[in-house]
Amino acid sequence: MNNFIRKNKIVGRTVLVMIIFGVFFSAVLEFVYDKTNPIILKSEAEAKERLLLQVVSKNFYNNELINSFIVIQPNQRLKNKKPIKSYVAKKNNEVTAVVIETRAPDGYSGEIKILVGIDIKGNILGTRVIKHQETPGLGDYIDIIKSDWIDNFTYSSLENTLMSEWAVTKDQGKFDYMSGATITARAVVKAINEALIFFKENKPKMGI
Amino acid sequence: MFKESIINGLWKQNPGTIQLLGLCPTLAITTSVINGLSLGIATMFVMIIANSSISPIRKFVPDEVRVPIFILVIAALVTVVDLSIHAFAEPLYKALGIFIPLIVTNCIVLARVESFASKNPTLPSFYDGLFMGLGLCFVLIVLGGMREFLGQGTLFTGFDLLFGQSFSSFGINFFDQYSGFLLAILPPGAFLGLAFLIALVNWLDQKD
Repeated sequence: MNNFIRKNKIVGRTVLVMIIFGVFFSAVLEFVYDKTNPIILKSEAEAKERLLLQVVSKNFYNNELINSFIVIQPNQRLKNKKPIKSYVAKKNNEVTAVVIETRAPDGYSGEIKILVGIDIKGNILGTRVIKHQETPGLGDYIDIIKSDWIDNFTYSSLENTLMSEWAVTKDQGKFDYMSGATITARAVVKAINEALIFFKENKPKMGI
Repeated sequence: MFKESIINGLWKQNPGTIQLLGLCPTLAITTSVINGLSLGIATMFVMIIANSSISPIRKFVPDEVRVPIFILVIAALVTVVDLSIHAFAEPLYKALGIFIPLIVTNCIVLARVESFASKNPTLPSFYDGLFMGLGLCFVLIVLGGMREFLGQGTLFTGFDLLFGQSFSSFGINFFDQYSGFLLAILPPGAFLGLAFLIALVNWLDQKD
């Protein structure tokens, strides 16, 4: 009997200590989260705006771009599995351009996420790869930090570039690529092309 | 005590080359000097505060559950670091990404807490955390330097991510036309690089 009580004493003490530690550190985390969350949300919104500014220049809009969006349900062309936001740039309440987020599911290692800025005539204003896991030093030239390859797409449209030209030069297309990383470039070209087609098919939805 | 900590942390018991603990981030992130340095600093910071916060409470922690409690403390600290970096150093957070939360699973942190801080007073534990962290940081920088130089022919690129725009021209480009040595950047390069580093350390140790 004595033995039983002694054993339970150890268990009780252990449980008590663990509860105290758990509660204390939960409180610490709650406190830090409370303090940092507004700053994080703010800097994320700023980062998003900076990103949007890279594909649509400031003189295209005077609305609050970050709050002017339509929601796009999962779509064959954009390959999004969840609803995503598509931003609509307006100048004096007239739509001037849209920013579409598209995905290349067939990158060399996983999905590549791309932002495409398109004006109302269907010309590309700018594109940026916003997320990718391509091989560093090989496939990552699609990222603006590594090279300005992605700017090749600027001013291209479905009108001035034939459907067959939407490919890398190796496949008789119009777009350059870096040897050793053709798969990456192919995936990006295809995804941007799909984004333009999506834009063409969905103009009314965006208010054009 | 102080001197012993320095010698042990930086050379005799170096986490990266002698103890070989916490290899996952060591191998994964050392593709450049800046990546190694950033993760090294973050890990060192966690080790310092983990060691010096567990040492004072070591007498209240029952032996039977010390490991869960240590992990709880370390996880809470890392989350605090993660949130703070996200809030106050957004570009750095982008660069390090998933590897900050992964510091929790870095066994070098738990190893120092378990083998040193849980048995020693606060000040020596602080030194131990500082110099063990510094030793790991050095290994990460050297390995990152080796891989960046061989893989891309550059050194110290991307310092602006950590220190601001004024450092953007800090990187050195050694060759005009360097096609890159992919193996050094890929994971096998990390293993080979670390192996060479360990061999070098062992060779230097054998000489005297």
